Amino acid sequence: MVCFFPRETAHSCLSRALLKNSRLSTQPLCAKSMNASRDLYFKTYSSILVMVFFGPLGNVLLGKGMKHIGAVAAQSPKDAIHTLMLIFTSSTIWLGIASLITFFIAYMLVLSWADYSYVQPASSIAYGAAAVLAHLLLKEVISPTRWLGVIIICLGVFFVTGTPPRTTEHPDGA
Amino acid sequence: MAREVFLFALVVCAGTAGELCVSRAMKTLGEVTNFHPAVLFSVVLRSLRLKWMWFGLALMTTAFFSLLWVLAIANVSLVVPVTAISYVAGTVGGKFFLRERVTRKRWVGVALVTVGVTLVLIGRS
Repeated sequence: MVCFFPRETAHSCLSRALLKNSRLSTQPLCAKSMNASRDLYFKTYSSILVMVFFGPLGNVLLGKGMKHIGAVAAQSPKDAIHTLMLIFTSSTIWLGIASLITFFIAYMLVLSWADYSYVQPASSIAYGAAAVLAHLLLKEVISPTRWLGVIIICLGVFFVTGTPPRTTEHPDGA
Repeated sequence: MAREVFLFALVVCAGTAGELCVSRAMKTLGEVTNFHPAVLFSVVLRSLRLKWMWFGLALMTTAFFSLLWVLAIANVSLVVPVTAISYVAGTVGGKFFLRERVTRKRWVGVALVTVGVTLVLIGRS
């Protein structure tokens, strides 16, 4: 028995196998499909987690680094070179760039197998994570509007992640 | 006003189209199954040989600078809900450009995320 649907669970595969008394030789195919499905979910969630962590971190580090440098004064070529030197010798800015590169690689990888219409809304959970972390770690006051937004985002992500991460088999949809 | 509308459209359309092109490039490369750093480096290099990747990066860069421009001339409270529309635009693009199967459940999720992101950004500004 072959599981054709990626979201088919172990339980339903097993039930079908038992109920229809399928041949023993075909059971490993079902197990293989279930493993592939489990792998798909695992690597999709892992990549989105990397995106959710490194995307906002990169933005925060870049913002912090630029604020540390201060207002950019580029009235003359000498000023511009001096500002560029400050930017490219700042460890905070390099850490920010490294975080954003990590984010983008994770984004590219997840898009190699998962739907864009799945990844884009699912990664919006970063807004919720940022609000919760800001409240817990930085003791920021989060407005009720923002909390409401976080709850609605979580609900939306719950709906989106309830759908299969991949609905296409061919890159050009052919 | 016409300039603001044009820039808003550019932010949403170029940003979404750019990400869709990157997605198409990665689908063309095929599913990545080996996560060894050397393999990942090779995937990045191979992706740079695809025209869709370059289209995508160019469009995303256009969207980024358009966003900076629109933030300089328009009110943030107006910019935020408009950019949150990118979620809807992305799903429409996924359905028609990438031929993804967008179920009703996914649409509901996308709509909720759009509303939620708008509220989060309004609540912060």
